[in-house]
Amino acid sequence: MKPTADQRKAMYSQIVRSREFDDRVLELYFADKMPVFDLAKGVIPGEIHSSHGQEPCAAGTMPHLSLEDTITSNHRPHHHAICRGLDLNKLAAELMGKKTGYCAGKGGHMHIYSVEHKFSCSGIIAEGMGPAAGVALANKMRGQAGIAVSYMGEAAANQGAFHEVMNMAGIYKLPYICIIEDNNWGVSVSKKASTAIERNSERAASYGVYGEYVEDNDCDLIFEAMARCVERARSGQGASILEIQTYRLKGHMHGDQMAYVPQEEVAAMKDCVVEYRNKLITEEVLTEEKADEIVSQQKSEVDAAIQFGLDSPYPDPDDAFQNIYAGVSP
Amino acid sequence: MSSERTLTVARAGREAVMWEMQNDSSVFMLGEDVFAFGGVFGTADGLGEMFGPDRILDTPISETGFIGLATGAAMAGMRPIVELAFVDFIGVCYNAIVNLAAKHYYLSNGQVKVPMVLMLGSGGGYSNGAQHSQSLLASLAHMPGSVVVTPSNAYDAKGLMHSAIRSDDFVIYSGQKKVAGVGMLGTPIKTSMSVVPDEPYTIPFGVANVIREGTDLTMVGVSWTVHQCIEAAERLQSEHNISVEIIDPRTVVPLDRDAIFDSVKKTGKLLVADEDYQSFGFTGEVITSVVERDPSVLTCAPARVANPDLNIPYSRPMELRVLPTADRIVEESKKMLGL
Repeated sequence: MKPTADQRKAMYSQIVRSREFDDRVLELYFADKMPVFDLAKGVIPGEIHSSHGQEPCAAGTMPHLSLEDTITSNHRPHHHAICRGLDLNKLAAELMGKKTGYCAGKGGHMHIYSVEHKFSCSGIIAEGMGPAAGVALANKMRGQAGIAVSYMGEAAANQGAFHEVMNMAGIYKLPYICIIEDNNWGVSVSKKASTAIERNSERAASYGVYGEYVEDNDCDLIFEAMARCVERARSGQGASILEIQTYRLKGHMHGDQMAYVPQEEVAAMKDCVVEYRNKLITEEVLTEEKADEIVSQQKSEVDAAIQFGLDSPYPDPDDAFQNIYAGVSP
Repeated sequence: MSSERTLTVARAGREAVMWEMQNDSSVFMLGEDVFAFGGVFGTADGLGEMFGPDRILDTPISETGFIGLATGAAMAGMRPIVELAFVDFIGVCYNAIVNLAAKHYYLSNGQVKVPMVLMLGSGGGYSNGAQHSQSLLASLAHMPGSVVVTPSNAYDAKGLMHSAIRSDDFVIYSGQKKVAGVGMLGTPIKTSMSVVPDEPYTIPFGVANVIREGTDLTMVGVSWTVHQCIEAAERLQSEHNISVEIIDPRTVVPLDRDAIFDSVKKTGKLLVADEDYQSFGFTGEVITSVVERDPSVLTCAPARVANPDLNIPYSRPMELRVLPTADRIVEESKKMLGL
């Protein structure tokens, strides 16, 4: 199933939206942490793992998911959250630790939750898989529609949880898709140094599930591959591993100079914002003008969201004592 | 009319599971050896036949995987009961417990509930070696975000299990193996068995039970050590005419600090008994909760009887030396009382 022109425009829009957001976050992140870099300083403190370059992994897969479906994300969640349709204002505010954020400041960049979007995160590598597969199990047990998808990096496939959860997804034939964003690096260790196989999608054979690999971060091919995985999940054919070759343009986290990445690899990295725009213009899906219009539209929405975050109040320190338990007094 | 029944802890807990499963289709059990085997310690005995393999779900030996799955199922509105035969195995799934199940509610600022019960078998005293005999209560109770339930008798086991399954919080239900009264561990501890009503009932979390009233010394025990305290109290009474009050907190998170304080205020003396490693654990927490409120209620230094921070040896004489016993509790009590 190939994406229609409208779907391709929408995917481009989502890529741009996510990028504009990450660009503004990056700008703000460093604005007040210098001259002596201090993670604790600034309007956006802590680690930030930006999605620069990996946007197609979310933009190309999310169009197949409805609000009945569940998503778990990882430590690099911005593109997932944005392409899932989470509110930019609440997202920006959460990154700034503001009261108006999705979790009122309790979660932060690596812990974005939105119940209405069935969206949650785990910052621990590969540990978003279990909960996603568990939702798939629950849906299957109740005979309910709705599949579950987890997003993670290629290094997460070397975690024990990957093996355990994929094995169970195979046994129970779960309506679950494990999306692996292969950016070739687990922090500073390359894929080649982490596993002896070329593609983690090949591991699907060992779990009795479907596996597919998409090359070169191509949004259209990602869309098509995801359609196949989703069709399998919805029709009771079980789980899939969808691995996508992508590019991590800004390192593991902000401040990572990527000194360990060979120069030729850095030079060969492609920027999907440029690539996909050119592709759509060449194929006459978009004009330069229309593409610019999309950029300025997304930029202004992102700017407004960032401003919303900046203008929002911090939580009261004692708000830390709220929502500790659902029904118990600690 | 039903006749009075005396049940073991394991049977009473299982009865609550059975009732909840019959009355709430969102309740299901998953874990190792639950379907055909009925759980390594009989916690799911017969449930497989009753509810079938879809609701009594056998898992592979994949603890971080199936506790992760249970967390997701709970987030989706199911009420999973996870069976982990030995608490000692938490090493391979601690992440799923503390970083998933115990964190989602708080981090999401109350958006995401995890109504899940993690049942585990704990404790030693039967020469099962250092990796199958631990209590690890403090390792569970230390991490925020979970309720930790520790029944010492059948009545509490049933009521607390009903409460645990119906709770919207993540509940760790720690079942001490010797207290459970399962066949393979010999004759059940007499004081762990109790008359259990047929009908379902709940016991609130964070409300201690006064097992025995007394005036000279307060003992606080948990699960197995409650029974050691009972034995010690009986001996102190008959041999030395000492009146011991025994407090069983029943849940260590939340901990009924008020009940403990009120008892110590009355008796002036506090002994805490726990099977877990002593340092940084339950005994220190209980003593601190009294001392930080008002140290003057104590008429002498408090005492504790716990594992003296040693890995649990296999050989009987050494294991009995390391784990708490009624003898040690009597001995420490006599020191406090100047006997």
